[in-house]
Amino acid sequence: MQVNSVRYTLLFATAVCLVCSLLVASATVLLRDRQHANQLLYLQKNVLQATGLIKPGERITDREAAALFKRRIRIRLVDLRTGDYVEHPAIDPARYDQRRARFDPAQSREAPPNLSQIKRIPNIATVALVVKNGRPVQVVLPIEGIGLYGTLYGFVALDRDLTTIRGLSFYENRETPGLGGEVDNPKWKALWPGRKAFDDAGKVRISLVKGGGVGPAAKDPYHVDALSGATITSNGVTRMLRFWLGENGFGPFLEKLRSQGGL
Amino acid sequence: MFGLVKTREGAPPADEPRPGRFRWFKTREGAALTDPLFKNNPIGLQVLGICSALAVTTRMDKALVMAMSLTFVAGVSSFVVSLIRRITPSSIRIIVQLAIISSLVIVVDQVLKAYLYEISLSLSVYVGLIITNCIVLGRTEGFAMQNPPLLSLIDGVGNGLGYGLVLLIVGFIREFIGTGRMFGYQILPTVSEGGWYVPNSMFLLAPAAFFIIGFMIWFLRIWKPEQQEKD
Repeated sequence: MQVNSVRYTLLFATAVCLVCSLLVASATVLLRDRQHANQLLYLQKNVLQATGLIKPGERITDREAAALFKRRIRIRLVDLRTGDYVEHPAIDPARYDQRRARFDPAQSREAPPNLSQIKRIPNIATVALVVKNGRPVQVVLPIEGIGLYGTLYGFVALDRDLTTIRGLSFYENRETPGLGGEVDNPKWKALWPGRKAFDDAGKVRISLVKGGGVGPAAKDPYHVDALSGATITSNGVTRMLRFWLGENGFGPFLEKLRSQGGL
Repeated sequence: MFGLVKTREGAPPADEPRPGRFRWFKTREGAALTDPLFKNNPIGLQVLGICSALAVTTRMDKALVMAMSLTFVAGVSSFVVSLIRRITPSSIRIIVQLAIISSLVIVVDQVLKAYLYEISLSLSVYVGLIITNCIVLGRTEGFAMQNPPLLSLIDGVGNGLGYGLVLLIVGFIREFIGTGRMFGYQILPTVSEGGWYVPNSMFLLAPAAFFIIGFMIWFLRIWKPEQQEKD
């Protein structure tokens, strides 16, 4: 058959497509389990970092992190509209994907206009409880919101009083490395533990301020030093905390827990 | 973008070594491997692959992973394209090359996600862009279609290394001046952490990479005047 004949060309194209798709498909299928394990472990490490069970900057092996997570963290689901824990036999908390739920109209609602550019709020959100001797001592809430280039996703951990911040971490950001990307800087994250998210009246007060919140948390409880050279990212962090700790986020849930005397 | 239409080959074909010049390897394979480093650097001389060179050079670890990914893709795709060059219908040769390149890129991306997860998070989008990287397509179309498989493999790897060399140099300058770090480890203690070094954040922004690459091309052409363009 002629190399440049139409029939040969079509045959050749088909063969190339088949071989290429086989290659791509087998790579995806063979590596899928490992990728899922990686994603899960990465999230778990971030939760642990937010709680301070992994100290900022501390390096820990994957196995240790997984064991620590299993021992100390319990995943629960919360209905954001009512603020109640969800105990539904059909939903496995470990498998529920809050980020995916946002895209399902049945599982989410439209967000009111907000500065974090959050479009939809899931009805049910995942929270993580840190347990010590069988009792919850911290709650970890997922947060997200726009920074400069894209949405930052992370966690904020609150103490048993539901007011004091134990730490925060971001597991996904597209900010400029060295500027907004410093949300990952351990030294900066170390400024957070001990700050107060709410004032005594229950209003969200925490914010990032240039030159603020570098001293001890007791002296300047509502401020954390903003990231230098990254005003928009810093404002984004403030805004997403305000949103998720507020009435459209985990506000009702935290309110309910507080009225029951804390965690 | 698509430098394949008119790749300016400053150097003669790899199989005629110039007399009297120092060569690491005197063979044609050796030339295919080492010429792209300085003599015929894909970024320095041909000014290809600039887009990703700006994007992934804020940190050394990203630059290194990107360089290795591109070297792998350029080498293997050149090899495969060369292997089937005699049975490829010329009317669809570009799309066949692209299919091979993009399949390999997806495989690389999947492997990164499975084994270097945290780096893949920030690199994934650029790894995908290797598909449109003119260096890879330039080598498959410009070299592998006319040369035997092994030589094409070496040529692809050599160009990947030439690209990687520039990436690492730019990454080194940007990360070191921009943050005082190297491969993410703090070398110069910065002011914000109680040290003395004031990082120059401009080096983390894309224009800085333009300047650095511009200066590199300038120095390269002073060192090797034969690379200068005639007006």
